Amino acid sequence: MAVVFEKTKMLTDTPFHYCPGCTHGIIHRLVAECVEELGMQNQCVGVAPVGCAVFAYNYFNCDMMEAAHGRAPAVATGCKRVHPENLVFTYQGDGDLASIGCAEITHAATRGEKITAVFINNAIYGMTGGQMAPTSLPGQVTTTSPYGRDVNSAGYPIRMSEMLATLNGPAYIARVSVHDVPHIIQAKKAIKKAFEYQLAGKGFSMVEVLSTCPTNWGMTPQDALKWLVDNMIPYYPLGVMKDIGTEKEGE
Amino acid sequence: MGKKMLMKGNEAIAEAAIQAGCHYFFGYPITPQSQVPEYMSKRLPQVGGTFLQAESEVAAINMIYGAAGSGARSMTSSSSPGVSLKQEGISYIACAELPCLIVNMVRSGPGLGGIQPSQGDYFQATRGGGHGDYYMPVLAPASVQEAVELTQLALDLADMYRTPAMLLGDGLIGQMMEPVEMPDYKPYKKLPEKTWAATGWDGKRERAIINSLIIEPDRLEKHLHHLDEKWNRIRAEECRWQEEMTEDAEIVIAAYGTTARVCRSAMRMARAEGIKVGLLRPITLWPFPYDALSRLADTADKFLTVEMSLGQMVEDVRLAVNGKKPVEFYGRFGGVVPTVREVLNKIKAMKEGK
Amino acid sequence: MAKVTFNTERCKGCGLCIPVCPKQIISLDTSAFNAKGYHVAGVKEMDKCIGCASCARMCPDVVITVEK
Repeated sequence: MAVVFEKTKMLTDTPFHYCPGCTHGIIHRLVAECVEELGMQNQCVGVAPVGCAVFAYNYFNCDMMEAAHGRAPAVATGCKRVHPENLVFTYQGDGDLASIGCAEITHAATRGEKITAVFINNAIYGMTGGQMAPTSLPGQVTTTSPYGRDVNSAGYPIRMSEMLATLNGPAYIARVSVHDVPHIIQAKKAIKKAFEYQLAGKGFSMVEVLSTCPTNWGMTPQDALKWLVDNMIPYYPLGVMKDIGTEKEGE
Repeated sequence: MGKKMLMKGNEAIAEAAIQAGCHYFFGYPITPQSQVPEYMSKRLPQVGGTFLQAESEVAAINMIYGAAGSGARSMTSSSSPGVSLKQEGISYIACAELPCLIVNMVRSGPGLGGIQPSQGDYFQATRGGGHGDYYMPVLAPASVQEAVELTQLALDLADMYRTPAMLLGDGLIGQMMEPVEMPDYKPYKKLPEKTWAATGWDGKRERAIINSLIIEPDRLEKHLHHLDEKWNRIRAEECRWQEEMTEDAEIVIAAYGTTARVCRSAMRMARAEGIKVGLLRPITLWPFPYDALSRLADTADKFLTVEMSLGQMVEDVRLAVNGKKPVEFYGRFGGVVPTVREVLNKIKAMKEGK
Repeated sequence: MAKVTFNTERCKGCGLCIPVCPKQIISLDTSAFNAKGYHVAGVKEMDKCIGCASCARMCPDVVITVEK
């Protein structure tokens, strides 16, 4: 018998600290496998965020930097400019990327910074205990929107992928999900493509991954996957928002 | 030494940094330091370096975190409100022990304040500035030539001790033009190799993790002990100051930067009138020359601190003199520079015991 | 002929591997706990495993190794 699936060496042996059923772990694996499959494990620097993935540097088996909240794209910029030959990625949640770090991600994108952002959208602040995120859905109950997100007061959830896709700098922007095996396979393809575009020097790339937070959503892991499909995908449609590889010349 | 050139302080600082191998600059325009990024944007491409105008001061200092964490000599520059924005990043950089240079051409505050020179950022600079328990070397030039030398020294100190270092100039130092000789750069001591940098992991060394998160109290306390030991080494080995005519001085003036030059002129005029005045000019504001001032407290009768602020360094002077002798203060602020005549009048009043 | 191995000390008993198994042979062992206190996932009828690795791809904790 041959091994057809095992843990990639791009992940350390440290067990993830994430809650049971949290899909962060799946996305960590996809990122790590893509780095390994591209043969970049010796030339890779990841930038961890503040939020649930704050300890990501314990899991990715490469050089890592831990950034201040929202600043990962700026840190990754400094890192990439010094070692342009390295594969440099950020791994950021929705509070980190879409709220406090909105300026950093937007300007990294518009500069066409040759980095890849892996953006985890689970519509809530996980690490701090379930507060409203910039991506929380209208009516969604969180610990700081106990009556449900009131769009008249709290405004509307932000669609980062669509917004960033309007810029000239990004080479590739896609939104994927990890709620079932076919979508996980698609998500991995998107991350790999984003990395390949970076390595080819095409520009900024980002993959937004819809993810679950069973603990703070107050659901079983299985129900959380269903909630993602029923509630998040209608507001955050999956697909490729920008791909310069498919655009015609002169566009 | 190269040939003598007439240079603006901000441009001389930028060139000095480039000469010292600092080839990564990330910054944001703000008066009165914008000639630093302007000069860098012109010169760095010529030496194969990277100039990037960031979207904010916050982004700029975090780009420094990334570049310094990757092992490159890097710097940013700003002025007071912009340096306030950078404080988050400086705190992270201090904890993660990344060497870099931050230039602050101080303007008057608080708030948006004004754009004229000030020394009102002394507290912020010498007490770390951001959140948490840390310090960094702070160097205060009093001339464009000294700004050149201290820029290169600050980069060396940063690498030597794995710490952010600050060049603190009042806006005048950045804006005025003076003759400068660009030295042939050579590190002040043999600098350690950056074996800790995140450059891509080949498996032959420990994995580099550039980080300031240490969640277990015992480990964080241990790290702070380590930082404290480093601060103490800097205190012991890197304190710099200049004394002029202090041996027989009855009144010792403590002043730094441009203010020290005003005080030097006032001192000479007072001497001409027979008043024995000396000048102690801290070159490093942190570490502060407490011991030198403490020794002078045994020989001088009175101390005068002159600052372009409501009185910040005077607190350190009082700590050093420790009640042995009276310490008086004269300050102008809000962008107003004290005149030689004003300082002389203050000296005379002190001499007459008023 | 296929085999799945569970690194049970990494398992958090979330159960996401259970419904994705086309042969429905994965279950949580409610009679035992791992060191972290979770009921861990496992397979009782290994001969039915087809080695599709769906469980391994769905597992958030990279618990599962698949051989074929």
